[in-house]
Parts: sequence; C-alpha cells; structure tokens
Amino acid sequence: MSGTAADPRFASVRQAPRRQVRLSWSDPRLRNVFWQVVVIGAVVLLVWYLIGNTRRNLEARHIATGFGFLSQSAAIPIGESPIPYTPSVSTYGRALLIGILNTLRVSVIGVVLATVLGTLVGIGRLSKNLLVAKITAVYVETLRDIPVLLQLFFWYGLLQHLPAARQALHPIPGVFLSIRGIKLPDLIWEGAHSAAVVAFLIGAVLTWMWSRQAAQRQARTGRRPRTWPVALLLLIALPIGVWAALGAPFTLDVPALRGFNFQGGMTLSPEFAALLVGLVIYTSSYIAEIVRSGIEAVAQGQWEAAFALGLPHGLVLRQIVLPQALRVIVPPMTSQYLNLIKNSSLAVAIGYQDIVSIAGTTLNQTGQAIEGVAIIMAVYLTFSLSISAFMNWYNAHIALVER
Amino acid sequence: MAEIAAEAGVPFAARQRPPAKVVGPAAWARRNLFGSWWSTALTLVLGYLILRFAWGFFDWAVVHAIWTVPYDAQGHANSAPCRAQMGVGACWAVIADKYRFILFGFYPYDEQWRPLVCIALFLALYAISANRRFWRRELGLVWIVTLLLILLLMHGSETLGLTVVTDDRWGGLPLTLLLATFGLALAFPLAVAVALGRRSRTLPAVRLLCVVYVELIRGVPLISLLFMSSVMFPLFMPQGVNFDNLLRAQVAIILFAAAYLAEVVRGGLQALPKGQYEAADALGLSYGRKTRLIVLPQALRIVIPPLVNTFIGFFKDTSLVLIIGIYDLLQSGRAAVDDPVWQGFGNEVYVLLALIYFCFCFAMSKYSRGLERDFSRSRRR
Repeated sequence: MSGTAADPRFASVRQAPRRQVRLSWSDPRLRNVFWQVVVIGAVVLLVWYLIGNTRRNLEARHIATGFGFLSQSAAIPIGESPIPYTPSVSTYGRALLIGILNTLRVSVIGVVLATVLGTLVGIGRLSKNLLVAKITAVYVETLRDIPVLLQLFFWYGLLQHLPAARQALHPIPGVFLSIRGIKLPDLIWEGAHSAAVVAFLIGAVLTWMWSRQAAQRQARTGRRPRTWPVALLLLIALPIGVWAALGAPFTLDVPALRGFNFQGGMTLSPEFAALLVGLVIYTSSYIAEIVRSGIEAVAQGQWEAAFALGLPHGLVLRQIVLPQALRVIVPPMTSQYLNLIKNSSLAVAIGYQDIVSIAGTTLNQTGQAIEGVAIIMAVYLTFSLSISAFMNWYNAHIALVER
Repeated sequence: MAEIAAEAGVPFAARQRPPAKVVGPAAWARRNLFGSWWSTALTLVLGYLILRFAWGFFDWAVVHAIWTVPYDAQGHANSAPCRAQMGVGACWAVIADKYRFILFGFYPYDEQWRPLVCIALFLALYAISANRRFWRRELGLVWIVTLLLILLLMHGSETLGLTVVTDDRWGGLPLTLLLATFGLALAFPLAVAVALGRRSRTLPAVRLLCVVYVELIRGVPLISLLFMSSVMFPLFMPQGVNFDNLLRAQVAIILFAAAYLAEVVRGGLQALPKGQYEAADALGLSYGRKTRLIVLPQALRIVIPPLVNTFIGFFKDTSLVLIIGIYDLLQSGRAAVDDPVWQGFGNEVYVLLALIYFCFCFAMSKYSRGLERDFSRSRRR
C-alpha cells in the first residue's frame, strides 16, 4: 500500500483535487466555521458579562480578590486534625490543608472498606444458599434507594444515642463506645515498626522481581519455579525478623476510664465514625452490584474449559475468571470510588471537618466566596482527575489486547 | 410423555412420584439452605441473627410502640409517655403530630391542599410518562402544561382567588418532587445538546467546550455547585437583580444533572450502528433532520433504562439542598424534631422519610428493569 503511494508515477493521480473555499452557505466547511464562531462567541460574551458583573459587585462590597487570606491566622476551631493546629495562631492555609487531609483520611479508609464489604455482598448475591442470596439482595435494594445524606443522619443520630462516658458500652476488651466516640487501643509506634514497614516494602519489590523472573523462566522452559515460598519469606519472615532483631517492641496504649473521660488509646470521633459507616455501607451496595455483574459476565464455558484443561480451582479463578471479570468491573468501580470521595463532602452536614466544611467556614469568615469555592472545586477536580488517570492506565493495562 | 412410557412397556403402577429426596419441601431446604457444611453453618448463623434483629425491630416498632399521646388544652402534644419509653419502643405519635409539617414544610396550614394536589399531579404525570402507549409528541405538551399548572398552584394568584405563597415558604415532599422533576425536565434538552456537541466531528471547538463542561461538573461534588449557587451567583448578577435561593439551587441542579445525563445520552449515540448515520447521509438529510428523525429516536430509546437509573440518583441527590437552607423533605423532617417537645425522636421520622424515598426509588428501579428486559427481548428477536 505505502509502496504504491510513494511511487512518483502515481503522485499526480493520487492527489485529490483542491477544493476552493467558496463564500456560500452550501459549503459545509464554511457552515462549520460559522457555527463554531457563533457558539464560542456566545460563551465568551456570557463569561465576559459575568466577570464584569462580578468585578462591579466586588468593588461595591469592597472585597479584594486574591489568595492573600491563606496566610492570615484562622479563627476556626478544629476538632480533629492529623497535623498540629492552634486556632487563631495557625493560618487559613494550614486549616484548609487539615481539611484536605481529613477528606483523604475518610476517603481512603472508606474506599478500602467499601471494596471489601461490597465484594463480600456481591459474592453473597451469587451464593447457592438461598438465605444468603436473599439477604444480600435486600441489603443492596434497600440501601441503594435511600439518600446517602439520610443514612448519614441516621448513623449520626444513632451514635448520639450512645451512653455517656461513664456508662460506655464495652463490647470487647480495649474498645469503648460512648457519646464521645469510639475508643480503640493504639499501638505505640517505635523505630522497629518503621524498620519492619521498610523491610516489607523491600520484600514486596523483591517478590515482584522474583515473580517476573519466574514468568520469564516459564516462557523459556515451560516450567515455573515456585513463587510462594519466596513470597512468604520476603513478605512475612523478613519484616518479622527485622522487628524481632530490633527487640520486638509491642506496647498497646489501651484506653481506660479515668474520672469522667478516657485516657490513652485512639479516638474515632462520632462524626468521623458516622461518616465512614454511612459512606461505606451506601457505596458497598453499589460495589456489590458491580462485582456480581462482573462475575456473571464471565461465561460459564470459561470455567468449564479451564476445568477441562485440568487446572486447579485456585488457578482457574486467578488466571481465567478474575482477569476477565476485572475487565468488566474496573470502569464502573472507578466511578464508584469517585462517588465515594465526592459524597464525603456531605461531611459538612454532620459536622466532620473535611475540606468543604473548613472552606465554607473560611469563606464565611473572610468573605472570599470565589476563592473558597474555587479551592473546593480544585481539590475535588485534582482527586477526580488523578484517580481517573490512574484507573484508565490500570484499565488499559488489563484490557483485552486485540489485533 | 404418557405415550412414550406406554410404548416402552412400563406399567402404569410402576410410575411413581419422584422420591422425597428430590422434590418436596425437605429436598428444597436441603438444596437451598443446607447444601454443605459451610452452607448449613451460614444458614444457622444468619437465620439466628435475622430472627433476633427482626424480633428486636418488631418489638420496638409495634409491641412497645406508642401511637398517640395526650394533648393539653392549647392543643400542644405531651410527649412524656414517649420519653418514658425512649429506646424501648418507637414513638409514632411524633409522626401523627407532625406529619403535615414533614410533608409540606412551612406552607400555610389552610392552603396545604394545594401542595397535596401538586403531589397528585406529579404522580399522575409520572404514571402517564411511564406508560409506553403515551410515548408520543403530545406527551411533551402534557409535561409543559402540568408543570406550569403545578407552579401556578404552588405560587397562587390573586386573580384566581388563591393566596400568593412565595417560594421561601415552600417545603417538604412537593419541593423535593419539584426540584427533581423540573431539574430533569430542563436538564434533559441541555444534556442532549451537550451529548451531540461532544460527538460532533466537524465542530472541534464545540466538542472541546462540551468535554470541558461535562468533565468539570462530573469532577466536583454537587455540594460545591450548590455552594457556588448560593454564594457566588449573587456576585455574577448585575446589581439590583437577585434570584431567590430556591431558583439558584434549581439552576445548580440543572447544570449538574445535565452533565451526567449527557454522558448517558452519549452512550446511546455511540451504541447506534454507524450504518444508520450513513444511511441518513445517503438520503441527503440535513444534520438537523438526521438527528431529529433518525438518530435521537433510536438513541434515546436505547438509553431509557440507564436514564431512569440516573433519575433515581438525582431524586436522592435533591436532599443535598438542605445544606444551603432549603426545606426539602429531609430538612422538614429534621426540623420537625427540632421542636423541643419532640427532640430526640429523629429515628422515627427518619424511618418514615426512608420509606418515602424508598417507595419512589424502588418504583423507578423496578420500572427501569422491566423496560430493560422488554428492550433486550425485542432486540434479540
């Protein structure tokens, strides 16, 4: 094909006749240009008009635009913050950073828990046990049809009905449920733990390299060296060995009731707990449906063919079924993760201080409406776009490679 | 069957019922509940948990529930009997006392028949639209007329003898239906336009504009748009012009819904076989006629089930407007228990609200699944 095109003898023949641009309404190119100019012009005019109005309004109200307020000290009391913060000393910038971190905290934990719960429920819907199948079906149908905000209010209301600290519920040792939140034992972090985490990460990289090596060996010789003993050694024995070599420190900070309040331990505030539970339960009902339809999308013949080849059950699941199911599951799962992150903005309704809540307070205190809303939108757009970029990459990675 | 058996020479008496191991309730239970050790264990544990939970709920909601409370001479409810039973039994008296506030918000008490008629009109509109016999051009007209009638009823007019009720006093279920229905009715044309723009090959600038719009809106939560409508909208308007809160929230919902609906419609446009576009071009139809007569009727038909699912999402999402201070169904329910008499009885009200939302959403999702089944059947044929 390309050979003929490059042939000089055909050059003059192959060239399409040049069409002249005529200033006529029947020329489609001219019409296209005209419509684009009209639409873009209308949008530009609208934006121009809105900006002009905004500028006049801001002048009339004596509001200066700009992000200078970020370095002013913020008078926002913040209940839970992962980084040090003092009201009226720390800046608005720091307060907003705390908001972002709080949003991330609830989103990351929520995504993990919702995936686990949703997968379990989704598999439960396919169970041969009628009771399990029916209960999970009712779970999914009910929770999907009730607004997530109502569910959040319900969970928050439930946590508000918990007893006072003196009469805290005590379901398992070291865990206290009271109106002040959920108290959990906390591991006292020491250098040995960090070293163990580093050892685990190194082990993970080495395991990955070993399994690549094994795959290459398999491609060359048809025999795959065992990977699981190496993985066991690198992922479990190595971190534990490092931890033990450094003295195996293990001290739990167990909460205990002293007087009217608890001391020690880790606290989950009622707001955080309600938000997390509400988001996880709501999102898991959607994830369950995605997982179910993904598994159902793998044709029965795939299972049968794999078994006919004599593959063991685990291998069939790992090498035949899951890769095909994942292809169906990943795109809608991405949008559920994004929904969970976006729904975490409902925190503002129950008083958990996420980015929307703190930006809202900032906006009220400083009057910088445009900047406040812009910050909220920028933060969520960054989250959304980076997650979709990652998931698109992952999806392309596992997608069916066709000719 | 009988002839075959007779030909094979099996005497009638030898034909017996299948053994009880294969059919009958015991076999059914064995197959579905006690298939294996694992399954039996699951059944027993789950069965126990369900029975306990169901009994606990029944005990709370029915056995120990309080349905009415005494009223004093001024007509104020006395919630003392409920307080005594708090945590043990449900207090449905709060709903008996407050149901009109939950359903209609601050709408004047004597005029509440008007929102009630509006709810009936909304329901009738949904019922007509759901019936495929009425899927004709006239349906659009019916929608416009009904929606205008609803607005007129809610707002009132002096010439008709209806007291004017400004929209800051609207609330409850009619408001939720209003936000959802108007939002979708107005977002839909915008969504179709955006979807067509995004599919356009010949107008790259328009396509870029549509892509940016859709991705921008879908990337941010609805709350941020509602915030924008409540704090930034006043800055956008010329001085002296001011929209009220409800209208601004409605605009935010329309812009938000249009982006999501546009993606659904785009899916339908993509699913349409290319031959349809080419055949329309070959007939020499203009872009407008091709779109109106060939593309949209087929593409929209394909996407009706996912569209209904999107509607369910928006119906639930209208509850978010309470964050900018609008008294929708959820907020009126919450406000009802702000009354010092009924403080602390939120769960009873939440159960009622959940039931109302559930009825609407479940009906829609049932309907969408039925349609999906019908469509896939007719496609297969």
